[in-house]
Amino acid sequence: MSAPLLEARGIVKSYGHVEALRGTDFTLLPGEVVALIGDNGAGKSTLVKILSGSERPDTGEIVVDGQRVEFGSVEEARAAGIETVYQDLALCADLSPAANFFLGRELLKAGLLGRLGVLDNAAMRARTQEACERLGVRLKSQAAPVSTLSGGQRQGVAVARAVTWARRVVFMDEPTAALGVVQTRRVLDLIRGVRDSGVAVVLISHNMQDVKAVSDRVEVLRLGRRVARFETARVSMEDLVGAMTGAVEQAGEVEQTGAAGTGPAGAVEQESPQ
Amino acid sequence: MSTTRSGPPPVRERRLGRARLRDLQVVWIAAVLVVLLVVFSALRPTSFATSFNLLNLVSDAAILLLLATGMTYVIITAGIDLSVGGVLVFSAVTATKAVDVTGSLLAGAATAVLTGLAWGLLNGVLVAKGRIPALIVTLGTLGMSLGGALLLTGGVDLRAPGDLNLGLGLARWLGVPLIVWICAAITAVLGVALARTRFGRHTYAIGSNAEAARRGGVAVNRHLIRVYGLAGLLAGVAGYLSLAKYGITGVSAHSTDNLQAIAAVVIGGTSLFGGVGTVLGTVIGVFIPVVLQNGFQILGVRPFWQQVVVGAVLVAAVYVDQRQRARRDQ
Repeated sequence: MSAPLLEARGIVKSYGHVEALRGTDFTLLPGEVVALIGDNGAGKSTLVKILSGSERPDTGEIVVDGQRVEFGSVEEARAAGIETVYQDLALCADLSPAANFFLGRELLKAGLLGRLGVLDNAAMRARTQEACERLGVRLKSQAAPVSTLSGGQRQGVAVARAVTWARRVVFMDEPTAALGVVQTRRVLDLIRGVRDSGVAVVLISHNMQDVKAVSDRVEVLRLGRRVARFETARVSMEDLVGAMTGAVEQAGEVEQTGAAGTGPAGAVEQESPQ
Repeated sequence: MSTTRSGPPPVRERRLGRARLRDLQVVWIAAVLVVLLVVFSALRPTSFATSFNLLNLVSDAAILLLLATGMTYVIITAGIDLSVGGVLVFSAVTATKAVDVTGSLLAGAATAVLTGLAWGLLNGVLVAKGRIPALIVTLGTLGMSLGGALLLTGGVDLRAPGDLNLGLGLARWLGVPLIVWICAAITAVLGVALARTRFGRHTYAIGSNAEAARRGGVAVNRHLIRVYGLAGLLAGVAGYLSLAKYGITGVSAHSTDNLQAIAAVVIGGTSLFGGVGTVLGTVIGVFIPVVLQNGFQILGVRPFWQQVVVGAVLVAAVYVDQRQRARRDQ
């Protein structure tokens, strides 16, 4: 079993009197899709914000490829090869797909024009087209603003953007929440495509069908702690829901195994089932 | 992967049609301007469509064009700058004082530009870092700059240095006032910069979705400060050119410049909600009120009608924009 690509240990984060995370652990192996699930308020979004650099943990450590890191900003996480697809997609609706793709990383023309800040729109369009096609995102027009695209296409653009820049990990926060059946299937195909391209995916989702369909493993958060880890192929929907709601209790899972990193390749990691 | 189709074709066609419609907005207002020009020319061929009158038109519009170009950048970031008229006057006053002290027109020009820039940067810092709504910040700096100008002059208009008024103020090249050339050149450069450079791209991005721009790595605060600084700098240039053209600082003549500039920008298809707009549209938007005013005067229609018509056009322009936004966001 390979070493973790990304690991969080004992992450604590409070907002005022509210403890969002109370010593959460999280493990991501290279080339896998991990679903991060949990009920509302379990701390999923907070954990993603911390791992993607937009929030700092109060205590706890983050390890990327065996190196301890501290992300002071989204840029620093991005420099480590970590990208995020936000639930709101973070697209500029008035700009073209290519402009969104290269937002903050614009390509400039060669020579004097480039030094004056003149954009190389043709190159950006071509590379956007290429990235979208590789992931199966079909865009009718490269010139029309994102506001004219369907929800699924927008999702596709946001995912393709993240995947193009990510070298290690892509976080996807509820990528199918606003989508219909067909579009959801397309996004799940996208996620598999991302994994096949060698980038690990963390999928945050409420939708157990999606989780079952696309993930390799599942990590469950409840009340700010990781309470269970499963291999998707060997876990039932009931177990997942049970772990989320606390019906199947696995409290202190990490402390009891003493191994926050790689788990055994066994079916369900339940150290203290009640 | 099976992502060959993206919804029923009719929907897609309608969506594309809408995108084209937005691109066509500039064409529509350009058509309105052309119709106005044709109608006035046809009604009064001997007085409207003369080179003398058309030059008059262009001269009247030139200085406003600078203010409106800066305003276009600001409004595309979803901001507003009410201070431009005050900054124009304040810059004209400091330029006059600088020429008085140094005897150098160049020092006067530099003073005007730097004064305008300073006011603009102040606006930008207060909006971006202070998180105060742009409407309030620039309303405040409008009052401060106008009041400051009155304090510096004692409420009496200063006369421009004679060799400025008689020099740059009257200079022509190829029969067109030099001031018009200057304004046209600056506007053209900024039009291209908005459409083709990274600076312009970030301007649109911030107005479209500031949070997305920030997450994309755009230095949003720094960019906003630069955009307001640009608007202030242009108001400073406008102050110097206005001093040259009219020969006085005009302390009480510019209190509605901001509204004229905003009207021109909005008529030109720039959205008050940010993210959409062009300098070309603004150029047309500047000329529509000017042509109306001039045409009504020549036709003998009472010129007050111009204000009424421009007001109505402004409301109509914003209505169209609102409708497009609502349909987009549905």
